Amino acid sequence: MARRLTLTGNDAGAEAMRQIDPDVVAAFPITPQTELMHKFAEHVADGDVKAEFVLVESEHSAMSATVGAAAAGARAMTATSANGLALMWEIVYIAASYRLPIVMPVINRALSGPINIHCDHSDTMGCRDSGWIQLYSEGAQEVYDNLLQAVRIAEDPDVLLPVMVTFDGFIISHTAEVLDALEDAEARKWVGEYLPKYSLLNTEDPVTFGPLDLQDYYFEHKRQQVEGMRAAPDVIRRVGREYGELTGRPYDLLERYRTDDADLVIIALGSTCGTAKTVVDWMRDEGKKVGLLKIRAFRPFQEKEVAESLKGAQAIGVLDRSISFGAPGGPVHKEIRAALYGADCDTPIVNYIYGLGGRDISTDHIRTVFEELEKLPGSPTPEDNIRFIGLRE
Amino acid sequence: MPGPKQLVQREELMSPGHRACAGCLPMTTMRQVLLSAGKDTVAGCATGCVEVVTSIYPFTAWRNPFIHSAFENSAATISGVEAAYRSLKRQGKIDKDINFIAFGGDGGTYDIGLQALSGAMERGHNMLYICYDNEAYMNTGIQRSSGTPKGTATSTTPVGKVRPGKKEFPKALTEIMIAHNIPFVAQATPGYPKDLSDKVEKALAIDGPAFMNILSPCTRGWRYPMEESMEIARLAVDTCFWPIYEVEHGKVRVTRKPKEKLPVSEWLKKQGRFRHLFKEENKHIIDEIQEQVDRNWEWLLKREELAQS
Amino acid sequence: MSEKTWKEIPIGGVIEDAGNAVTYETGSWRTYRPIWFADRCIQCLRCWIACPDSAIVTEDGKVTGVDYEHCKGCGICSFECPVDPKAIEMKLETDVEE
Repeated sequence: MARRLTLTGNDAGAEAMRQIDPDVVAAFPITPQTELMHKFAEHVADGDVKAEFVLVESEHSAMSATVGAAAAGARAMTATSANGLALMWEIVYIAASYRLPIVMPVINRALSGPINIHCDHSDTMGCRDSGWIQLYSEGAQEVYDNLLQAVRIAEDPDVLLPVMVTFDGFIISHTAEVLDALEDAEARKWVGEYLPKYSLLNTEDPVTFGPLDLQDYYFEHKRQQVEGMRAAPDVIRRVGREYGELTGRPYDLLERYRTDDADLVIIALGSTCGTAKTVVDWMRDEGKKVGLLKIRAFRPFQEKEVAESLKGAQAIGVLDRSISFGAPGGPVHKEIRAALYGADCDTPIVNYIYGLGGRDISTDHIRTVFEELEKLPGSPTPEDNIRFIGLRE
Repeated sequence: MPGPKQLVQREELMSPGHRACAGCLPMTTMRQVLLSAGKDTVAGCATGCVEVVTSIYPFTAWRNPFIHSAFENSAATISGVEAAYRSLKRQGKIDKDINFIAFGGDGGTYDIGLQALSGAMERGHNMLYICYDNEAYMNTGIQRSSGTPKGTATSTTPVGKVRPGKKEFPKALTEIMIAHNIPFVAQATPGYPKDLSDKVEKALAIDGPAFMNILSPCTRGWRYPMEESMEIARLAVDTCFWPIYEVEHGKVRVTRKPKEKLPVSEWLKKQGRFRHLFKEENKHIIDEIQEQVDRNWEWLLKREELAQS
Repeated sequence: MSEKTWKEIPIGGVIEDAGNAVTYETGSWRTYRPIWFADRCIQCLRCWIACPDSAIVTEDGKVTGVDYEHCKGCGICSFECPVDPKAIEMKLETDVEE
């Protein structure tokens, strides 16, 4: 039986964490993650959860303590945003390379500077090569759903990689939505018991974590991480399917929203997908063949499925909520271009950088994108293929 | 209260075959600490000499559970392990008693790891943090740290035409840790093994966070003959350059008072890193070091007196 | 140790065989070899507690010799030995080998 709740994204995250009921949670405050941890702290204060709640002195220590806890065989979580993620960066890589199935909500916020507390994806895009699985959430419902699924994905023996569940700061984190949540018993059964591969607390069968790994074996360990990431798509799909059977809300790595016969397709991540879906519906009503390809799993990135999804498109617009300075467009754009290379595709592609530092993206903006794309079919990718939305020129 | 005669009956937890330099006293520190702590001990170590030499993949010298993560987070990492233990114990998933020890060198403790150490101690984890202090970044090639003595020649404070080594006095890390009001803080050195061992046992028996600063001479960085490592360690105590004392619940106790307090120059002159101080134009630096040693020693004795009154 | 492929080693860089450094011999680093004389030894264990390489061999709490597979020849043991003549003397490897 589903429970219908009205929650902000942060509260939805905290609700999922309450039900996951990890053994250890480390926390350090940063806007806009704060309210998630406030809510979880209330659960700790009320004795609703069993977690050892470690209130550390920095995000670097938050991730370090989470790594220590996970290496000790505990189910361990933390959460952060932007500069906090940047401060824990070094240990973000270490968590993945030690194969610790940590789940971490990251509430997307612009990475300084100058300092800005509002949403863009510069924080999580920066660590897209850190070895973490990244699931982007469209709204509070997906925050909740992704977190519950993330535990099963991370802890799958074929995967054993940490998972970042990201959601847009303020836009999702501070906006109340109606969502359906599982009953506690159902959720507990869903996440199941965590059986760690190694535990530092096993003094009878001691192991060493984190040796000095030199020219002779470091490369082999990296190859193993590749293998974990390669196993992830099937696991994400299977978990998404099973979650669908449980809740009626199945998940995949991508969501093709009215793309099947679409001439014009835009690609986006996160909350913008909700805005885009509205515009797609309006324009479909007007008889325009438009669609949205939503990328839920940015890591692992599904290049074949992306190419397959874009096969019929006459023009493609890629929306990036971050900049990759000096590179050909934003990070999503680069992945899309790479996915289409060799896919027998000469479809024009325009990259739209938008929403930096929380700059609003409206239905009008999305409509403008489609209107620009409408002019492209049949012509090559235009020279000015990196464009900015909502910027005062 | 274990001395070598008791410790020798215990399990040796640091295997031979590690890659430390010949005569490395930090490794003697490790052995003595682990012998005192016993096998039900989870250890962590900051990046540094000890971490490197004990765990070059696919080899590990640790016979107990061990984790290294990074340079600045030894305390934070072990605090997470300890939190996991508390959680699993509360849930009835584990019942044995386990010790938690985070190690770091002076670079990993005085400098880059100070924040994580301060945080872990303030949070009250039931863990022992041990700084194996060899007074410079030895692993990266003998660069100065904030624990390096004044006047020391290091790779980043070399003796040149206008500079006679490190200009600054070291940070009083042990005093900083005392100011955290944790139940146990101590200084020790493997040169006095029983004293070290007693303190480790006490630190682990006490409920709550404990900190030990263990002066661990480095033959390469300090430039003295490697066979003299233990003697150099003892001389640091006997000159009162490195008093060995403990502060248990705020009460200071000096655990060894030299019968005859030797001049600090007796310790300095044995080490190549201080050789230049004995030139006429630099002798004032030795005087300054002596003044500080005297002042610290007197203050320590006064605090001990206060604790007894 | 033969070098294994990525499919043959534990994931995450974990070392499962605690203390396997004992299989790595550091004895070849030695220039001077400590020679232990049982008849001079008073079993004070100063050499044992000081050795950075866990290379003083003991049985039932008594020193019985030196682990030459691992001893790096630092000479701390001999320096620490309090008896005269010393129960551990350092000899040049090249002399001992002859």
